[in-house]
Amino acid sequence: MSSLRSITLATLTKDIRLEWRSRDAINSMLFFSLLVVVIFSFSFDPNAEESREIAGGLIWVAFLFAAVVALNQTWARELRNQVLDAYRVSPAPANALFVAKALGNFILVSLLEAVMAPLFMIFYNLRVLGPSWQLIPVAILGTWALVVNGTFFAAMSLRTRSREIMLPLLLFPISIPAVQSMVEATRIILAGDGSARFWIVLLLTYDVVFTTACLALFGTILQAE
Amino acid sequence: MKRAFPILAVLTALLLAYAFYEALWVAPMERTMGDVQRIFYYHVPSAWTAFLLFSVNLVASVIYLISRSAKADALAVVSAEVGVVFCTVVLVTGPIWARPVWGIWWTWDLRLTLTLVLWLIYVSYLVLRRFSDSSQTPKLAAVLAIFGALDVPLVYFSIWFFRTQHPQPVIGGGGSIDPRMLHVLLINWLAFSCFAFLVCWWRFRLELLQRDVEEAQALESLLGDGGSSAPAARASVPFNKTPSRPGSA
Repeated sequence: MSSLRSITLATLTKDIRLEWRSRDAINSMLFFSLLVVVIFSFSFDPNAEESREIAGGLIWVAFLFAAVVALNQTWARELRNQVLDAYRVSPAPANALFVAKALGNFILVSLLEAVMAPLFMIFYNLRVLGPSWQLIPVAILGTWALVVNGTFFAAMSLRTRSREIMLPLLLFPISIPAVQSMVEATRIILAGDGSARFWIVLLLTYDVVFTTACLALFGTILQAE
Repeated sequence: MKRAFPILAVLTALLLAYAFYEALWVAPMERTMGDVQRIFYYHVPSAWTAFLLFSVNLVASVIYLISRSAKADALAVVSAEVGVVFCTVVLVTGPIWARPVWGIWWTWDLRLTLTLVLWLIYVSYLVLRRFSDSSQTPKLAAVLAIFGALDVPLVYFSIWFFRTQHPQPVIGGGGSIDPRMLHVLLINWLAFSCFAFLVCWWRFRLELLQRDVEEAQALESLLGDGGSSAPAARASVPFNKTPSRPGSA
């Protein structure tokens, strides 16, 4: 257990330090989602009432697309110099690597959301009518839902041709219920009509189910070569 | 086994012809929808067959992950491919029926959406198999099949809640069905299942043969490499083979 935690921490700090020095992923994600927000706003041109209805969808689609940018780079670093092969033959538990990578992506995407959400509010003149604190659990659960499966499928698509395009093709169909839950929950909270509890519970179920599945099957994926 | 195939093929063709006749001439005309309703005898059996094949795919994938048997993997490929074909038939015949009856091609109803999502998941499964050419493809594909299966109940609940919040036109479920219609439906389902089984069986044999061929080719190129360093007795063989090796490897 302690080795699991120490290896997870070591990998995570290494990844964050690398990202902090280069800032490749976060910069491209930020710029990318800014572009998506601007393009959406030109293509829909909503008034205040409409934007409250569609903002949930827009913001999560922007984050989903931006997350793919980060997720695609997750394992690329480990392929250079055969780091992944070295990991495979080492006695370190496979799940430590997976948890570290997923947490790293989670931190990156959360950072992106923290910067982009206020910007989004400004661009679309949003005012939250429902209980705004509920947006926090929705954001946390939603981000984890995207990131946990995204990290897993990124590892799966390592072994395929044109892996950059492979990741969204695998991730999006499986993520449909999660995306629907995030979007609906956000829409309900923004517009203040009814309770978002069902969607938050569904999102939580999704997270639990797929985190378990990822942890159970990651060893198989890592050893596949 | 091989000889049974033509016999089964003829029987299936006869059964399909009979089911076709039953569906178009014998089944009673539906009172409100008229002849359009007859597409039901193709739509519903295809859907059942597709769901059956997707279940076969899941079971085969789990068996593969446990036992690593090549046959289970071949069965998984085959059932996914044929299942996607049947699911496509469902998704095409559905709108053709819905347009005259509902007045719309498509609605985000529970069953429609669930079928579409299932189709998307299995198309991504086939894409993964096509794009991944290492020997580990079966393992990755089996894992994806399990993820897809886990996703289905979640999709179900999300759409179920979404649609009970916003009522939409639904298929005339809960109504009773004329026993003669049910009879025709079941005959069609039997015919479609036999057809699906036949296609799957043939595709399964093809898949195994293809793997044998690939294995033989790999072995041959390995032996070819070994031969080039072999003593002079075999010297002429690698010499002849050398120019063609990049193509065959």
